[in-house]
This record gives sequence, C-alpha cells and structure tokens, in this order.
Amino acid sequence: MKKPLITSILAFATVLTACGGSTPAATGAPSGGVTADPCGVPVKGKCPTEASGLTGAGATFPAPIYTKWVDEYNKLTGIQINYQAIGSGGGIKSLTDKTVDYGATDGPMSDQQLTDAKAPVLHIPMVMGGVVPTYNIPGATVPLKFTPDVLAGIFLQQITRWNDAKIVAQNAGVTLPDTAITTVHRSDGSGTTYVWTDYLAKVSPEWKTKAGFANSVNWPGGVGASGNAGVAGAVKNTPGAIGYVELIYAIQNKLGYGSVQNAKGKFVEANLDSVTKAADGITLAPDLRVSITNSENADAYPISSFTWTLTYTEISDKSKAQAIARYFWWSTHEGQAFAKDLGYAPLPAAVVAKAEEKIRSITSGGQSVLPK
Amino acid sequence: MTRTFDRAFAVGVASLALLVPLTLAAITVLLLIDSWPSLTTFGFTYFTTTEWDPVKLVFGAAAYVYGTLVTTVVAVLLAAPVAVGAAIYLTEFAPRVVRAPIAFTIELLAYIPSIVYGLWAIFVMVPVMRSIVEPGLQATLGQLPVIGKLFSGTPIGLDLLSGGVVLAIMILPILMAVSREVLLAVPPTQREAMIGLGATRWEAVSRAVLPYARPGIIGGAVLGVARAFGETMAVTMVVGNSSRDISGSLFVPGYTMASAIANQFVEADSDLYFSAIVEIALVLLLVGIIVNGVARVLIRRSIADRPAGAVV
Amino acid sequence: MTVAVTAMTPSSAIPMRHRVVVRRRIAETVIVGLLLLATLVAVVLLVTILAYVILRGLPAIDIAFFTQRPKPFGEVGGGIAPALIGTVMLAAVSGAIAIPVGIAAAIFVVEYRSGRFAAPVRFAAELIAGLPSIVIGVFVWALLVRGLVGHYAAIAGAVALAVIMVPIVARTVEEVLKLVPNSLREAALALGAPRWKVILSIVLPTARAGVLTASILALARSAGETAPLLLTALGNDFFSTDLLRPIGALPLAIYRYAISPYDDWHTKAWGASLVLVVVIGAAGMLLRVVARQRVR
Repeated sequence: MKKPLITSILAFATVLTACGGSTPAATGAPSGGVTADPCGVPVKGKCPTEASGLTGAGATFPAPIYTKWVDEYNKLTGIQINYQAIGSGGGIKSLTDKTVDYGATDGPMSDQQLTDAKAPVLHIPMVMGGVVPTYNIPGATVPLKFTPDVLAGIFLQQITRWNDAKIVAQNAGVTLPDTAITTVHRSDGSGTTYVWTDYLAKVSPEWKTKAGFANSVNWPGGVGASGNAGVAGAVKNTPGAIGYVELIYAIQNKLGYGSVQNAKGKFVEANLDSVTKAADGITLAPDLRVSITNSENADAYPISSFTWTLTYTEISDKSKAQAIARYFWWSTHEGQAFAKDLGYAPLPAAVVAKAEEKIRSITSGGQSVLPK
Repeated sequence: MTRTFDRAFAVGVASLALLVPLTLAAITVLLLIDSWPSLTTFGFTYFTTTEWDPVKLVFGAAAYVYGTLVTTVVAVLLAAPVAVGAAIYLTEFAPRVVRAPIAFTIELLAYIPSIVYGLWAIFVMVPVMRSIVEPGLQATLGQLPVIGKLFSGTPIGLDLLSGGVVLAIMILPILMAVSREVLLAVPPTQREAMIGLGATRWEAVSRAVLPYARPGIIGGAVLGVARAFGETMAVTMVVGNSSRDISGSLFVPGYTMASAIANQFVEADSDLYFSAIVEIALVLLLVGIIVNGVARVLIRRSIADRPAGAVV
Repeated sequence: MTVAVTAMTPSSAIPMRHRVVVRRRIAETVIVGLLLLATLVAVVLLVTILAYVILRGLPAIDIAFFTQRPKPFGEVGGGIAPALIGTVMLAAVSGAIAIPVGIAAAIFVVEYRSGRFAAPVRFAAELIAGLPSIVIGVFVWALLVRGLVGHYAAIAGAVALAVIMVPIVARTVEEVLKLVPNSLREAALALGAPRWKVILSIVLPTARAGVLTASILALARSAGETAPLLLTALGNDFFSTDLLRPIGALPLAIYRYAISPYDDWHTKAWGASLVLVVVIGAAGMLLRVVARQRVR
C-alpha cells in the first residue's frame, strides 16, 4: 500500500509546484523547475501587465509592518505601494468611495457597511496583533496587572486615580501614586478602538450598553488622539495617562504596558505566543470576519485581533487587480517573515489557506487575475 | 479685427474672473447637497444636542459649537489687549526709529504656517500649560467663587484653554496689523488738539485717538474672530479632541468645529455620519461669510471714509 | 518716554494742580509701561517660536533628510524628500492655476469696473479668502476626489491650494492696478490702442512688481496649508510627480510626524518646519526687494 501513496504524494507535489501554488510557509519557497507565469505567484519581480503603483489607506494598528512590507516589496518589484495610515474608519470609507485601491482595517466591516459598498468586498487577513493597555505612571517601573473590571472601570471614568483599591489589589508589589488617571482614546475611526471596545463589551455589560463597540464610540470622557501613533504620543506626554495601542507602538516608544487577565483567569502579556494562541481552534467565518478577543484558551492574550486588507472582488482595471492580488499574496506568504520582529503574530497555516482562496477569487472583467 | 480680439480678450478675462463667484456658488451647493440628510433628519436639534454617536447614528454638534466659541473668546480676550496695546505703543510712544522694524517683526508672526504653530504648541506650550500655567491658575483664580469653575479639573494641557491660547497667538499679528493701520489713519489733528489743551500723551491717545479708531479696531477683532473660527491644524493638535458634555471648565478636552471635521471627515462611513460632518462645514461657511462681511465693512468705514480733521 | 507737556498754568501753580499733574504723569508712565510690556510679549513670542524651530530643527538637517524617502514606521533615518518635491510641485501647479485666475479677476474688477459682474467677483473673492481651509478641502474632496478624478490625487491638492490662493492674488493685484495712474490708460486709449493692448502692454507692466508680490505672497501661504491636503493629496512616501497619484507635502509630513510618538520623527517635524519657515522667510525677503524696486 505504501508505494501508490508515495507516488500520489509526489504527483500531487509536482502538480502543486507546476501551478505555482506555494505552501503556506512563513518564508516563501521558490517554485519548482517549471517556468512560472511572471504574473503568477510567488512574486519574483514586477510582472509586465500589472500596475506600477497602488494607493492603500487605513489602519494604523498594522502600519509598522505594512510600511515595512511596501518598502520590501518595492525593492523586490519596483512597484510603489503608497500606504497611508489614516485609521480603519478611513480605510473603510475610502474603499467604499473608491478613492483608494485597497483599504485596511482591524475592525471588520459591518453588514451595513458591506451593503453600502454596493459591490462584494473581500476581507483578507494579514497578521495578528495585540492591543495593550499602555500607561505613563511616574515612578512605576514594573508592569501592571489589569483585570477586565479594572480596565472597564477606568475607561468608564469610574476608577479615577492610580492608587484606587481595585488597581492596588492586583498589583501588590507596586507603589502606585495618588495621580489622576487620564484616559486616552482614538479620536478617529479606528479598528484598534473596535478591538478594544469589542473586548470591553464582552467583559463588561455596563460598557456594552453605555458605549458599545465600533470603530468610533461615544467615549465617557478622556482625551482623543489621532491614530495609534497619536495615542502613544499623548500617553508619552501626559503623566498619569492610560491608552490602548497595538503592541509595537508601546514597545517602539518604550512605554509601559500591562498584562491583562484572560477568560481563564491568567494574567497574560501580549507577545507572539499569546496572540497566536488567541486564534487557536477558532472557526473562521466564510467571509473571514472573526473576533478573537477574550479567547477561551488558557494562555491566550485576551485583546488580540486579526487585521485585514479590504478589496473589491471585481476590479475593472486589470493591471490594478493583478498588482493587488500579487501584493496580497506576497504579504500573506513572504511578508509573514517580518511579523515577529515587529511584534505581530504571523497567520496560522489554516488562515493563510483561506486567505489564498480569497485572493484567488479576485477577478477583473469576470476573469480570475491569478493564474491557476 | 482688433475689435473682435478686444472682445475675445474681455470674454477671456471675464471667464477666468467669473470662476471665483462660480467657485463660491459651487462650494455652497455641494455642501448643501452633502449635508442634506443631516439637515433634514436633525433639523434644529443638531445645534442643541451634545450627543454625537456614530454607533447609534445620533448627531448633535452643540459641543463642537461650544468648543469653537470658547476657544475663540479665550483667544480674543488674550490677544486683543496685547495686540492693541502693542499697536498703540508702536504708533504713539515708541522711539520713531524702532517703530517700523518692531511692527514688522511682530507681523512676521502672521507668516508662520499654522502647522508650525501646532508643532510648537504640542511640544513647548502644552507641557508648560500642564505643569505650570494650569496648576497656577487653579491655585489662584480657581479658588474664587464664580469663575473658579473655569479652572476646575485635572490639568492635562490638551484642552480648551490650550486651544484658546494657541489661537490667541495666531490672531495676534492680524489684530495688531489692523489696529496699527487704523491708528495711523487717525488724522494728527486729533492728537494735537488734545495736547494743545494740556493733555498728557496717553490722555490724548485714549480720549481723542482711540474712540476715533474704535470701529476699525473692533473690525480687526472681528477679522481675528473669523480667523480663529476657521483655524484647524494648530487647534486640532492641542484641543484634546474629545466630545463630551458641555462642562464649565477650560481644563477639559474639547473639539472645535474645524477640528471635528479634520478628525472625522475621512472616515465618516455611513451616509448620515458623513452628512453630519459636512453640515459642520456648511455652518462654518455661513458663519465665515457673515463674520468676514461684517469685519470688512467696519474696517473700510473706519479707514477710508473719515474726512481729515473730523471731530469724533 | 513721556513727552513733556507744557501745562498752560502760570508758574505760581497751586500745589493741588501740581499734584494732579504729577498723578497724571505717573498714570501715564504706568500705562505706557503696560503698553511696552504688551509689545515685548508679542516680540518675545515670535522670537521664542523661531528659536525653537531653529534649535530643534537643525539636528534633523543632513543630506539624507533632503534626498531620501521615509523609512518604515519606527525605523530611524531616512528623509522627507518626497514631501519636499511634493510641496514644490503643488506650488507650481496651484500657482499655474491661481495666478492667472487671480490676475484676471483683478483686471476684471479694476479695468472693466462698469461691468455687471465686477462687484460679485470682488465680493466672492473676499468671502473665499475668509473661509476656513478645511471647508475648501471638503469642497475639493467632493468635487474631485470623490467626483471628477475618482481618487486621492495631487491635482486635487493643487486645486484646493489654488482656490485658497486666488483671493490673495486678486486682492493684491487689485490694489496695485488701482495705483496705476488713469492718465496712462487714457493717453493710450486716446492714441487709439484697443482695450486689451492697454491692459497687457501698459497697465500690467507698470504693475509688474505688484503682480510678482501677489504671486510670492500666495505661494508662500499655500506652502504652509495642511488641512485641505489631508483630504485631497493624502500623502505619498514614494517619489512621485504624477498629478493623478497622491502626493506628499511638507505640512502633511510635519503633521503626521508631530502627532507620532517617535522621537526621530519629532526631530524631522521640526526640521521640516525649519525648511518651511526658511522658504517663507526667503519669500518675504524677496517681497521686500521687489517692493523697494516698485517704489523706485
């Protein structure tokens, strides 16, 4: 029985490489000996018919890795992908208005937003990251522990000073000063806000009724700043401030960030492992819109999220469709290698497989743009 | 043939020139069309509600209007004494040699782009506000009965007061330039008559010159108000950008109408949300037209129409 | 600084009148002191702002700053070259639109004063001049980005800047055209020159310096505008001169870097501000030179 099995495996592998399909590995392996279509995948260089430039706009959550990607992709292909981090809300609106070639968001489009887009939109997951509570407490050098109640209480403006009993209870060894807490939130439409408020809504019924979860909510107080960068900046400049940012923003700016108690009661810090674990065992919806906050996994970081790029399924300009499909392919394959250094978790294999499906479904004039 | 060319030239010039009123009309029309859903859905409550909720799709810009008014009032209250004072000093009392150079130096402030003011405000002004000025105000004026409320709350630095202060610095050169122009236009006979009657220099200025110049100076203040109303970037960077209930304190983060648009325009995805933002722009357009018109009428009347030697 | 006032009282002054005079003089000194204080406040403010821009901006200035494009978020190094090129390009295109339109508007208002539309043109120019630049950004976004062009593009940014510049050009050129003596026009017309020749060959050349002043003023103003560009040009971290693609600009770079948390970017924001201020300052100097020639 072994021989036929090995033969079929070898045959299957040959067929795979001939089609140019790559296995969902973190580093892209060059395809086999068959001459690959220059406009196919994996991407080796610019293909003759694809567009030489694209405009993308949206989330600031993945901006550090997206800007890294466009830089690397430019070195590889010479294509200029101008990504502007204007916030997830901006990404969604720009895509809906068709003022950009693709959008990016960490808060998946709602059903209403998808309807407003008037044509089918694909959500393509790119990386995973964690949103951390970052703070500026003069004198506190040890990372703080936050329970869901404390986080909700702070942002509901019910816990107003750092030496509040509820905070002290979790952080026995730390001297917390009697400083007022200033909450910093996003003033622009933000997927990071979506992730943060999605989590708070899950752990705090009061938050759910008072503010809800979305890219932009009615915050019960606090200061607003623009972009993950703006929030990090505001926290950095304001003693006693607490905000929420994607992990890399806290790290790059040497801001303190705390661990959060997850659904299983464990205090977990956001890192590669804990964020990856948040996606363990999830059932992916067919359109790939899924929330992974407050995961039931024991070691999962509870405020984790996918981040997606958005594109129309049907793109009339073929050169742009090709460029988008190929760039997205590269991002979900070769691009994953850059995730770790920037504090993002690469996509699990199962998710990459789904992403491939979606990318292959991009059409121009009804025809699939990636060769089989 | 020359006549045809002459006519063609006139038509050419006219077509280019008419682009200007055409643009103004286009602005008005486009803003009206795009804000229509909000205008019809909320009507007048748009200006009386502070609830601004993109999730529940309820929009009331009262907090933005309040923020604009507060920052503008603070700006004028701070800038006017300094600007008018400097203008008077430079036209009446300063040694003649330094008058023009110093005036020129101060007017240079007008050439600094708004974004540079914003940058300076974030990194230099706000920390000073947060650690020195606001605690200081709280400790002194904040203890008084009625106006103390203005200075209550934790000083963050990113608040309405900072917005007002940066606006004050930005309208200072306009106010000063206009005041100076108006003061220089006062006929010397006014001063000379007073001095001939035995007045000190200051008395001459305050009793004969200033009342004469008052409409023009007020016109300049109105111009400053117009500038403050529409200033976007510098204010956005320091005003706090948090829509909240209208409290009485200056130490509270707020929005101005212009900063609300700057922050939320690119991402207002639902139709109603988008039209609510455009309605803010429409309001700014209308207010800008009114205020600007009033200012220019006041100034022009003050400078141009007074015959020499007229008594106030 | 008080001017000695010769009181018209006889030398045998009653002591009370003398005290009154002294009191008035003290009041005067105090008040003038306050006025001087006001002046100093204004001067100190300007000096402080310029000092910070220079001191904090200079460290950013190096060759890379002017020649390289930005590095990915968080990485140190790189430069703002695309934004510099963008500002120059936007200035060129918006100037090409705004200066002719502005001059035409001024000519229309001054030379064709009896026309029915002269007043509306003037009125509209003044009103547009008073509009917040964000409103103009919203307008151009709706007209071009959402409408005619279909996406964020440099041309939209240029049009937005042009709308802001036209009233500045028109107002300044109008003042200058009014200064041209009517006798010149009348003499030319009496000699049989057609209207268009009078304007192009006689009036405009006489007002040449003023036209130049107007152009420089408008360009300097447009170089510092941020809000409308946020909604139209979007920004571009790659080198681009394509009118149909988004483009970067100095004020955009300053804004985004200023609100970021990265120290390197903050320094670059100061550096870009320094460049802007120097350019505008140079424009101002140029204006003075041109103005002096005009007087001559």
